[in-house]
Amino acid sequence: MANRYFQPEQETMPLEDIQKLQSEKLVKQVKHVYDNVKYYRDLMDAKGVKPEDIHGIEDLHKLPFIKKDDLREAYPYGLLATDLSDCVRIHSTSGTTGKRVVAFYTQHDVDMWEECCARAIVAAGGDENDVCQVAYGYGLFTGGAGLHGGSHKVGCLTLPMSSGNTDRQIQFMMDLNATILCCTPSYAAYIGETLKEKGLKPEDNKLKAGIFGAEPWTEEMRHDIEKSLGIKAYDIYGLTELSGPGVSFECQEQKGMHINEDHFIAEIINPETGEVLPVGEKGELVFTSLDKEAFPLLRYRTRDICVLSREKCSCGRTFIRMTKPLGRSDDMMIIRGVNVFPSQIETVLLNCGYTPNYQIIVDRVNNTDTFDINVEMKEEDFSDIPVGITNREKELQNAMKAMLGINPKIHLVAPKSIARSEGKAVRVIDKRKRLGINV
Amino acid sequence: MAINQLSIFVENKEGKLVTITDSIANAGIDIRALSVADTQDFGIFRLIVTDPQKAKEALESSGCFVSITQVVGVSIPDEPGSLAKIVNILARYNINIEYMYAFIAVSGKEASVVLRVEDNNAAEKILIENGVKLLEEKDIIAL
Repeated sequence: MANRYFQPEQETMPLEDIQKLQSEKLVKQVKHVYDNVKYYRDLMDAKGVKPEDIHGIEDLHKLPFIKKDDLREAYPYGLLATDLSDCVRIHSTSGTTGKRVVAFYTQHDVDMWEECCARAIVAAGGDENDVCQVAYGYGLFTGGAGLHGGSHKVGCLTLPMSSGNTDRQIQFMMDLNATILCCTPSYAAYIGETLKEKGLKPEDNKLKAGIFGAEPWTEEMRHDIEKSLGIKAYDIYGLTELSGPGVSFECQEQKGMHINEDHFIAEIINPETGEVLPVGEKGELVFTSLDKEAFPLLRYRTRDICVLSREKCSCGRTFIRMTKPLGRSDDMMIIRGVNVFPSQIETVLLNCGYTPNYQIIVDRVNNTDTFDINVEMKEEDFSDIPVGITNREKELQNAMKAMLGINPKIHLVAPKSIARSEGKAVRVIDKRKRLGINV
Repeated sequence: MAINQLSIFVENKEGKLVTITDSIANAGIDIRALSVADTQDFGIFRLIVTDPQKAKEALESSGCFVSITQVVGVSIPDEPGSLAKIVNILARYNINIEYMYAFIAVSGKEASVVLRVEDNNAAEKILIENGVKLLEEKDIIAL
């Protein structure tokens, strides 16, 4: 198969040219941010850095980092770098303590993001003859909108399914001969199982490729999905803060994701010291967005731990590759594709009058994440009749769903029965680790 | 008049039941009757014992979560139709039974029934008016 690219000029650009381009864009972006965002200006002033000190990517390390906490603090408009009238869209992550991160997009930002997704679709073998079924959630979540836009840019026939309603997904997939499926890997696995239950074989569908991301998954899971759907499964990575999916994507080599370096500079740092590490070393991934107008981030700490590689790729793309995240440097969990922080769970418990003594148990059963929370019941809620307790569980589950966007299973346990610990409490038991999933 | 029942929260976990039965045994307390309500995750043990207060303390000191629930105890002849009779009386007065369980004393002539209703006083009054013999704490010990 001949190598195909959505934007060959950028995607196969020689390294020296990429770096030259990054340097030019960085100088411009730093000035844009400094001039238009007070929050950034204050951060830079505090570090004693002026835009004139930044001559190219070799000066990147002089800039301060920005963290998720900054984004929350600046909510909603504090990091906006353009007039609101220039913005055409927002997207948002689920947030702690009711404070979300909202990212703004100008039309230019949307186009750039959609082009990144289009590159991923073409890298997975897509073109204008394909029927692209987008089964990521549509809405504030970037998954649906990103791949939808990318599919348009490629010229695929786009099926804007959003997530859920699996019977309908399968009906459209079969009736309209979908060739590319975009969704979370766990949903892809679920669709595969449902096809099997319906007596459909992998060769009965026309799918050839899947673009799966937004949650951690393993090579074993890739293998299962590829087998059950009869496709090649490609990984895609991104963050709402930077645009959404498509910051990096896999090519047919399926060996790491190419970072769209014409739009993003990737660094690996030591998460403890902030020191920049050489390519090939494991550390926290840090991104600088070079082209975002409305919500540009310089040196944004992703908390994802991974390794970068400059090794030449047979696909012809020159963009640096990153491994799947090998873990996280904070306590965020990704459950069913949704970011969940223990602090969010704590907030709900306190709001509902429970002690913040709890235990989260995450596992993956039949390729789907399970999410259980043990909570100590209030003494007065105990009665000799079980329905009194199960009603409390349902109420708490609804409150959790409202905060987290996904439904945990709540188990009320006896007061004072969850072990207290002196130091750092073991709040999270992530059994997915036993499956080799890097959570 | 009402009698005290121990209601014990039992997580569906290995060894939980042993803790309960052991601590009651070690405290030298007799179990007169028991019933269990269970869900997928947990059960609620309901016990009628010879010394509810002492049993509660013993259970709590071994880490159990216990509360005392007031229930109505009645004594009925051990013969066909006697349970139907009380259930009918309560139904006639619109008193809902949340749950009930029964046991037969050693003598074999009488059966005891434990009733959990919303309003103990109202239920007791109606049962007495209809000639039903109620059980007291001392009757339980004497059984």
